[in-house]
Amino acid sequence: MRRFLRPGHDPVRERLKRDLFQFNKTVEHGFPHQPSALGYSPFLHLMAIGTRSGAIKLYGAPGVEFMGLHEENNTVMQIHFIPDQCQLVTLLDDNSLHLWSLKQHGGTSELREEHRFTLKGPPGSPPSATQVTAVLPHSSREVLYLGTESGNIFVVELPSFRVQEDRTITPEAVLQRIPEDNCNRRSCELVEALREHPKNPDQILIGYSRGLIVLWDLQNNKATHHFLGSQQLENLYWQRDGSKFISCHYDGSYSQWPVSSDNRQSEPLENTVPYGPFPCKAISKIYWQTTKNGLPYIIFQGGMPRASYGDRHSISVIHGSQQTAFDFTSRVIDFFIIFSSDPAAEFDDPSALVVLAEEELVVIDLKSAGWPAVHPPYLASLHCSAITCSHHVSNIPLKLWERIISAGSKQNIHYSSMPWPIDGGTNIAPDPPQRDLLLTGHEDGTVRFWDASGVCLHLLYKLSTVRVFLTDADPNDNMNTLGEDEWPPLRKVGTFDPYSDDPRLGIQKIYLCKYSGYLAVAGTAGQVLVMELNDEDAEHVVDHAEADLLQDQEGYRWKGHEKLKTRDGPVRFEAGFQPFVLVQCQPPAVVTSLALHSEWRLVAFGTSHGFGLFDHQQKRLVFVKCTLHPSDQLALEGPLSRVKSLKKSLRQSFRRIRRSRVSSRKRRGGGGNASEVQEANAKFDQDVLQEMELAPVQRKIEARSAEDSFTGFVRTLYFADTFLRDSSRHCPSLWAGTNGGTVYAFCLRVPPAERRMDEPVRAEQAKEIQLMHRAPVVGILVLDGRSTPLPEPLEVAHDLSKSPDMQGSHQLLVVSEEQFKVFTLPKVSSKLKLKLTALEGCRVRKVTVANFGSCKTDDYSENDLAVLTNLGDIQIISLPFLKLQIRYPCIRKEDVSGIASCVFTKYGQGFYLISPSEFERFSLSTKWLVEPRCIVDMPEVTSNNHVHKSGTENAARKSSPGDCGEDEKKSERLMEHALLNDEKVLKEIQSTLEGGR
Amino acid sequence: EFRRFSLERSKPGKFEEFYGLLQHVHKIPNVDVLVGYTDIHGDLLPINNDDNYHKAVSTANPLLRIFIQRKEDADYSAFGTDTMTRKKNVLSNVLRPDNHKKKPHIVISMPQDFRPVSSIIDVDILPETHRRVRLYKYGTDKPLGFYIRDGSSVRVTPHGLEKVPGIFISRLVPGGLAQSTGLLAVNDEVLEVNGIEVSGKSLDQVTDMMIANSRNLIITVRPANQRNNVVRNSRTSGSSGQSTESSLPSSTPNILGSLLQGEEESDEEDIIIEDSGEPQQIPKATPASESIESLSQIELLHESTQNGFLPSSEMNLNHSTGSISMEYEAPEPGRKSLEEDGTIITL
Repeated sequence: MRRFLRPGHDPVRERLKRDLFQFNKTVEHGFPHQPSALGYSPFLHLMAIGTRSGAIKLYGAPGVEFMGLHEENNTVMQIHFIPDQCQLVTLLDDNSLHLWSLKQHGGTSELREEHRFTLKGPPGSPPSATQVTAVLPHSSREVLYLGTESGNIFVVELPSFRVQEDRTITPEAVLQRIPEDNCNRRSCELVEALREHPKNPDQILIGYSRGLIVLWDLQNNKATHHFLGSQQLENLYWQRDGSKFISCHYDGSYSQWPVSSDNRQSEPLENTVPYGPFPCKAISKIYWQTTKNGLPYIIFQGGMPRASYGDRHSISVIHGSQQTAFDFTSRVIDFFIIFSSDPAAEFDDPSALVVLAEEELVVIDLKSAGWPAVHPPYLASLHCSAITCSHHVSNIPLKLWERIISAGSKQNIHYSSMPWPIDGGTNIAPDPPQRDLLLTGHEDGTVRFWDASGVCLHLLYKLSTVRVFLTDADPNDNMNTLGEDEWPPLRKVGTFDPYSDDPRLGIQKIYLCKYSGYLAVAGTAGQVLVMELNDEDAEHVVDHAEADLLQDQEGYRWKGHEKLKTRDGPVRFEAGFQPFVLVQCQPPAVVTSLALHSEWRLVAFGTSHGFGLFDHQQKRLVFVKCTLHPSDQLALEGPLSRVKSLKKSLRQSFRRIRRSRVSSRKRRGGGGNASEVQEANAKFDQDVLQEMELAPVQRKIEARSAEDSFTGFVRTLYFADTFLRDSSRHCPSLWAGTNGGTVYAFCLRVPPAERRMDEPVRAEQAKEIQLMHRAPVVGILVLDGRSTPLPEPLEVAHDLSKSPDMQGSHQLLVVSEEQFKVFTLPKVSSKLKLKLTALEGCRVRKVTVANFGSCKTDDYSENDLAVLTNLGDIQIISLPFLKLQIRYPCIRKEDVSGIASCVFTKYGQGFYLISPSEFERFSLSTKWLVEPRCIVDMPEVTSNNHVHKSGTENAARKSSPGDCGEDEKKSERLMEHALLNDEKVLKEIQSTLEGGR
Repeated sequence: EFRRFSLERSKPGKFEEFYGLLQHVHKIPNVDVLVGYTDIHGDLLPINNDDNYHKAVSTANPLLRIFIQRKEDADYSAFGTDTMTRKKNVLSNVLRPDNHKKKPHIVISMPQDFRPVSSIIDVDILPETHRRVRLYKYGTDKPLGFYIRDGSSVRVTPHGLEKVPGIFISRLVPGGLAQSTGLLAVNDEVLEVNGIEVSGKSLDQVTDMMIANSRNLIITVRPANQRNNVVRNSRTSGSSGQSTESSLPSSTPNILGSLLQGEEESDEEDIIIEDSGEPQQIPKATPASESIESLSQIELLHESTQNGFLPSSEMNLNHSTGSISMEYEAPEPGRKSLEEDGTIITL
């Protein structure tokens, strides 16, 4: 009979499914992986970031985000906004140029690629002839000047990208007007910089790599001025009034040159090596910003003394007597200055310095004293320290939300109060329907609290667990201890710090109770901390307990890391979550599962050896249970032996590769005659081929037996108030599931509130279920009489959930990696099952109960299981009948770290890491969808003294009909693909994964 | 009726003596009976010689349950895998064979005297080139013992020859279940696992499927060596053979239906320990009444043995192995596919 009730045959249900489920990848949170280029439009107040995988992302005011992807997936080398337009041009490392524009469509703006173009030289010319090195979008918005490696400057029309060959500025033309004794043809090799005169659009400044700088008159097609620099040129910058310009050089110097009509060939006014006299690194980019008070801001990248500070990534700001070299922890990609964009203004009056480093975005407020950093509302570096786990809490009560924000604001006092200076576009997305928190655990023992309600993932509060422990690193080790007279005046900025003091501090599991403010955090060395939110600073002793999970098991030796040493005596904690209990598991293996029941004041934790229950009210260990199989030697010894063997095998394989390479080279070198070499090569190839054939990828087919290692690994812990023993009385219970397919159920006796401190909590094992298929148990859930999952602790007390039905019979859902099984309670008999792996060959990686509301009616919602499989598919499975509702491909199956990092929300959304620094957000629900909806209007072009001024601004406004939403989605997918194609990334991911194990 | 008596475990004696003892205890001196016992896995196994008698006595802990059936109305199919645990009514069939209206078996030999380790099933619905093998896994003593790998095979499609990825058996572990059955061999292409086609699935997916089904693994293969194919008397039309093959995917669903249902019920049961008491099998919440499929599997086994395997020399369909020749007039039914492993193509 059941056979005829296959899903997909009921039209009513099918319709309902359409109203409930829908898959969208909505937004990417975090910092773009491997950024490679930066652009800024002072007109639109938009910033653009290009990446090595060919993505381009635009950011404006918080919530204003656009993303595009070049089909080629090549590195974006340069980004240039077209002046006074909603358009930008990108240069990729394959020498192709792409024109993008922001167009309004259906009420929102969209970023679309309009044209692409690759500069082609005359037939037979070397590729360097057309290799673009400098791009200048002319203020006329009609042409683009392209400087090339050959020294030619090509002129292309916009937006058609048609080359105007007659206007090409050739080195020969340039040299005509320059005395030959100073220059030759070689002086005009490689155009390093192109700059338009700020006042006269008919003049452009051309800087050649060897130091020659020429002011070119576009009207008359001749060089009006030339300047001979003695050093290799890096970059040029015009002063605002056009009377002077600055050049910066390879030797760490910069020069100021006057431009006047009478003086044809001039010497620099000033030549400075700011960090001399010893040899310095190149200054690769420089800004000269004028101010009302006359003292300019000179801002440049690099220039550090080569010997002692050559490894620093710095940007220096000089303003009168003030000088600071901002020291970044990662390579500086590019930077720009936000200054008065009003062309009529007399001075630049810079307000902010925006620096794109490889791993983070840093904005410095130049208006406030001391030049403090500005807290960015987006582009957060999620990976300041590597993310080790994440936890999502939906619908945070306002009270808790405010307390977390206030705790976080106390941490952010050193930030500037300046409003976010990049404020282009308008966010028209509706306010997020609820307050959501995403908690990320990091390798350095911190937990970061992110506001995940909207499009901007914003850091609210950072919690560090390090203070509880004694670590080798001195907590007072301050990076900024440099004295007043230190030279150069370096100042560390940014938060990216990938170096962990102690890997044992890493956070592995997080559980936050949003009603009580209790937080449990567990880490790599078996440490479990229970914390409470306190709005004030406090100094107190953290109660410390040890849980010996091996108990009576004798003769085992833990070869892994030692447990963390704790600090004796009271510890000072800042306002926020403050730990009051520390439980350390013995042996100190990674905590693999964690559960907290804030109503019963109990915390349960599990490792590869067993699990324990701790009463954090009485601060007493209730019980521990060892889940080890006597033969499971690997788990006992700790992770070291495994790592060792892996390392060994890796080393061996590398050695083998090297050996084979060496031998092939030898053969090539030794054989004098060609045929011999060829033969040897052929033989070698054949050998390799044979070797490959001898050892194909094969998989052993073997039933899992009880003797498999890591069977005792506790995968899941669950508290439930249900009928464990008999059907008349329900009681608190603790459920634990292991890697070996065993489920343990403990009956708990929690004393009533008034005697909570007097009587001990008791626990007694009531049931043990062994799944015969022995797959790891990844989820346990109890369904009440109405077949809805039991509510979270305190949820009913806060009137946020109906109290569970305790009349009807409860059911137990056990999710293993391979099967879903429903059992009756209290007598355990199997009722239903879904054999996922046996039928489809995929395994469950993540499972959560999610509530799906209908987009048609407000009053219908249902609970389903959201499941992520090892193939990266997301499946929705109905409760309690375990019918597959729908399936979406989401993550590439090769992307193991993405799959491992996935976290579902309670309302059918989810996050996963697409790179170490970026979360992709997706939604399975038709109702809950957080995606950027924003609009960029062309600002009015204010009094413009540019000669070329046409009414073409409105051209960009004309939105082209046609569906571009789909394109965007496609490109998003491509983007992810591009990231994962990067072998280096994959290797990195793999190594972190292996390290994590 | 029940009898309870004791035996000395250290000196069980011979089967003949035991048989006599049973007849004596039950006061049925001249009746031919089948003797069976339940082993530790809950299977009903026969006792009919010294060896299995000794084995039975040695496994008793301390009770040995013995079932005696009159030979003429014995239900042979009751023996075998999971017979005791699978359903209560097997036992009742054994105990009250009159209630069970069934055609008596034609007994050719006594395969039921042994526990089956493997069987060829569904011979009647599969094309001759394919073989569906069922492996029975007991306890943990003997490994399944085979490996699979990726490969490619050449298929005949309406658009001509097409190279498609496939899954192949790459290695058999000596002494493993797979090797000992003789029904699977290296380079056999795996087509289905428990009724689910593997085409389009990755090696890891197929591995997981096989492991998940390892208790009752049914794999459909295209043997690399086609000499030992079962040959049916209905070899009348070569073209029909061809059509069978091409229509195989479409015909699978109905096979699948019966297979899945059978599998559904014969699945292993989880064990529960209540209050740290004795382990028990978890019962079904909704008892399903069925008993036929499990029997039919064994009947199929009979059929296949009846058909027998013809000697390979007679039916040598394979000619010029190893030579890469694309011309084949397809005289052989069902041999429409080239198979390639590595660089060698076998026709």
